[in-house]
Amino acid sequence: MAELMSSEFLLDTEEDTQKDKFLTFSVGNEAYGIEIKYVTEIIGIQPVTEVPELPNYIRGIINLRGKIIPVMDVRLRFKKEFLEYNDRTCVIVVDINDLSVGLIVDSVAEVMSIPETEIVEPPQVSKSSNKFIKGIGKVGNEVKLLLDCNKLLSEDEFNVINDLGQEK
Amino acid sequence: MSESFIDESMIEMYLFEMLQGIEQLETAVLSSEKSSEFSLDAINEIFRIMHTIKGASAMMSFTSIASCAHYIEDLFYFLREQKPLRIECSILSDLVFEGVDFIKVELQKVKNGDEIDGEASSLIKKIEEYLARLKQQNAATDDTDPSFVQQSYVADETKAQNMSACENYSYKATIYFQEGCEMENVRAYAIIHKLKEIADEIYFSPEDIIEDDDTVMIIREHGFQLYCKTEKDYEEMQIFFNQTVFLRELELIQLEDDQPITHSIGDQVPAIENIVTAVEAVKKVATNTVTNQSIISVSVNKLDQLMDLMGEMVISEAMVTQNPDLKGLALDNFQKAARQLHKITSELQDTVMSIRMVPLSTTFHKMHRVVRDMSKKLEKDVELQLIGETTEVDKNIIEHISDPLMHLIRNAIDHGIESATERISLGKKAISTITLEAKNAGSDVVVLVRDDGKGLNKEKILSKARENNLLFKPEDEMSDKEIYSLIFLPGFSTKENISEFSGRGVGMDVVTKNIESVGGSVSVDSVAGVGSTVTLKIPLTLAIIDGMNIKVGHSCYTIPTIAIKESFRPKPDETFTDLDQQDMIMVRGQCYPIIRLHERFCVNTDVKDFCQGILVMVEQDGKIVCLFADQLLGQHEVVVKPLPNYIRDIRKIVGIAGCTLLGDGSISLILDIGGLVGNNIT
Repeated sequence: MAELMSSEFLLDTEEDTQKDKFLTFSVGNEAYGIEIKYVTEIIGIQPVTEVPELPNYIRGIINLRGKIIPVMDVRLRFKKEFLEYNDRTCVIVVDINDLSVGLIVDSVAEVMSIPETEIVEPPQVSKSSNKFIKGIGKVGNEVKLLLDCNKLLSEDEFNVINDLGQEK
Repeated sequence: MSESFIDESMIEMYLFEMLQGIEQLETAVLSSEKSSEFSLDAINEIFRIMHTIKGASAMMSFTSIASCAHYIEDLFYFLREQKPLRIECSILSDLVFEGVDFIKVELQKVKNGDEIDGEASSLIKKIEEYLARLKQQNAATDDTDPSFVQQSYVADETKAQNMSACENYSYKATIYFQEGCEMENVRAYAIIHKLKEIADEIYFSPEDIIEDDDTVMIIREHGFQLYCKTEKDYEEMQIFFNQTVFLRELELIQLEDDQPITHSIGDQVPAIENIVTAVEAVKKVATNTVTNQSIISVSVNKLDQLMDLMGEMVISEAMVTQNPDLKGLALDNFQKAARQLHKITSELQDTVMSIRMVPLSTTFHKMHRVVRDMSKKLEKDVELQLIGETTEVDKNIIEHISDPLMHLIRNAIDHGIESATERISLGKKAISTITLEAKNAGSDVVVLVRDDGKGLNKEKILSKARENNLLFKPEDEMSDKEIYSLIFLPGFSTKENISEFSGRGVGMDVVTKNIESVGGSVSVDSVAGVGSTVTLKIPLTLAIIDGMNIKVGHSCYTIPTIAIKESFRPKPDETFTDLDQQDMIMVRGQCYPIIRLHERFCVNTDVKDFCQGILVMVEQDGKIVCLFADQLLGQHEVVVKPLPNYIRDIRKIVGIAGCTLLGDGSISLILDIGGLVGNNIT
C-alpha cells in the first residue's frame, strides 16, 4: 500500500512540474508564452528546404536528426513582416496531437510559471486579431500572450479559399 | 466476459489465426470441389480448422462466429466418423463457403472494432437440415460414452514453485452454466484463462475441456469443478466468479489453509512433483518442436522499423564516405574500407528488402474463390490459370494489389467472357480461361490478367467517351492503346457498362488509383474476338530508389532514375515558345514540352536561359516532358520518406512524391514525374 502511495505521489509531482509552466519567447516587440508540455526541444535555426505550394508562413522542412519536420515562421503566421534570421533566431520544436512542428521565433527567453490566477481572458476587441491567444499572463509588470497551439497549427479556412482563388 | 482480458494484441493474434485458417480452408474446399470428392484428409483438415475457429472465437466471446463454426464442425465430425458414401460435393462446399463468408464479414467487423451483430441462425438451420438428411441416409449411428477424467493443471511452473513461499487461500468452486448457452467447455476454459492471472495453482475437472467436446455434457450435468490457490480473499473470489457470463449457479468453498489441495481432490490428482515432471516433459517436447521450426512470424511494424534503420544507415554511410572534410585528400586505405562498407551495407539492404518480400501466391490463390463464385453466378465455365505465382513483391504492395486483381478478374468474367453457347458458336473452347501471370521486369513486377473473351469494343468505348466528354484529342488521331486506356478514366464505368451487364459498382478507375498509390501503372491491350490483357506494372519496393539529384537555385530535387530518358543542354535554336507561352523543344524531329522547375516550384535562380542550364527528359506512362534545371548533381540511392503529416494535411502537393536526406544531411524533394507530366497536359 505504501508503495502504491509513493508511486501516485511521484505521478503527481511529475504532472506538477509541467503545470502552469510556460516557455516564453519574443516575436517582434511582444512576449509570448507556450505551454511547456507541448515543447520537445529548442534548436538554433537550420537550413530550411523550401516546399512549393504551401502557405507562406510554412517555411519548409528541416532535418532534425533524421526526422523530417515542417517549420513555421511565427512572425509570418501573425502577419508581421519577415525578418532575416540571425543567431538569436530559434526553432521551438513542439509536438501537438502527434504532429511535430518547428516554430521559428525571434528569440527564446525563459521557462516561467504563471499560476492560473494570474491568467486573464484576452479582451474581445476584434475577432480576428487575437484568435491565436488563449489567455494573457501577468508576470510582474509585464504581459505574456499565451498561445493556443491547436489554433496555431490549424489552417484557417479563409486563407485556403483565398489561395485557391489566386491559383485559378 | 469482461472486456479487460481481451486486448488489442489478442485481437490481432486472433484475426491473424482466423485469416490463416480461412485461407487454408478455402484451398481445401476448392481442391475438393475440383476433384468432386472430399478426401479423408480434406475432411480432417476442415474439421480441425473449424474447431480452431470455434475455440478461438468462443475464447474471444464472439458467439455468432463460434456457433457458426460449431455447426460446420458438427457436420464434418459426422462426415469424418460415418464416412457417408454419397456426398453432394457442390452443396457441401456451398454450405462451407457460406459459413466462411459469414465468418469473414464478422471478422471484418472485429477488425474495424464494430459490434459483432451478424445473425447466423438461418445458416445454422441450413447446415442442420443438411446434416439431418445425411444422417437419414446413414441410419446407423454410434455414440461413444463420454469419459469423466480429472485433470491437473499448473498455470506457471515458476509460480508453482514460489507457491509455498507466500500465503495462499485455497478454494473449491463449482460452476453451473445457464441452459442453452452452448459451448460450456470453452466458457470454462475462459474462466481458467482468467483465473491464471490471479491464481497460482489450478486444478479442474473435467479435463481436456478444449480438446474433447464431450466434456460439454459433463459440465452441463455436473457443473464445472475447479480448485485453486490464490492470495485473494473469499469475497474477491466471489466477485471474480460472478463476472462469468451465463453463470447460473456458483458454489464457492474456502478450504483450510494448510490442507493441501491435492488432498481434497483425492487420489485422482497426481502429486505436485509429478506435475512438475510432466511439465518438464512437455517442455522437452516444446523445445524439440522449436528446433524444428524454421519460420517465425514477425510483426510488420518491426520490419518497418528495421527498414527505417536501414535507410538511416544508407544515409549515414553516404555522410561518411562523401564527407566534405575528405575532399582533395588521397586516402587509399580509407577508400578501400569505404568500399567494403558500401558492399556490406548494400548486401544488408538487399537482405532486409528480401525479408519483406512475400510471394504473390496467397493473393493469387484467393482469386480461385472469386472465379468460382462468379462463374457459378453467371453460369460461365471459367478456369483460372496461374503463372509465376512465386514472384515476390514487398509486403506493403501486396496489400494494395489484392483488390485491383479481384476487380479485374470480376470485370473479365463479367464483361469479357462470352456465354458458353456463344463461345461454341464462335468456334472457341466452351471452357474459357483467365490467366494470371506475374513476372519480374527490372525493378518492376509485371502482373498480367489475360482472358480469352471477346475483347474490348473500340466503337462502344469511343461512343461512351463522347457521351461523357472524356476525349482529350480527336478520335481519328487516337491509337488503339489510347482508346482502350479510356476505360481507366474516372467517370467512365460508373454509370453504364460497356457490355450492358450491370457492373459491381466498381470502376476501373479504382484499379488505377490503387495501383498508382503504390507507384505502379496500369495499361490494357485487346484483340477483338481473341481476348484482352490488363497489365499492372508495380515497383518491387517503395522504400529505396535510385535517384538523380538536380539543383534549382538553392533547392535540390531528386528524379527517379527509372523515369529519366536522357539529359542534355539544348542549342539556342532548338527551343521555341508556342502561343500559350509553353516552352517547347525539338529533339530529333520530335517536339516535347518543357517544364521550368524554377517557375513550377517558385524558386529563385539565376539560370533562366535554357542554354545555361540542363534539360532532363523524363517519361511516365508513355508521356514525355523535359524538366529544366540549373545543373545535375549526381546519381545516388535515396531513401524515400513521406512529407511530414502536417504538410500533407494542409495540401496535397502535385509533383512532389516525398523527400529524402542527402549525404550532407540536407533535404531533397523527390519529384513525382507522373504528377508533373499529367499536370502539364491538362
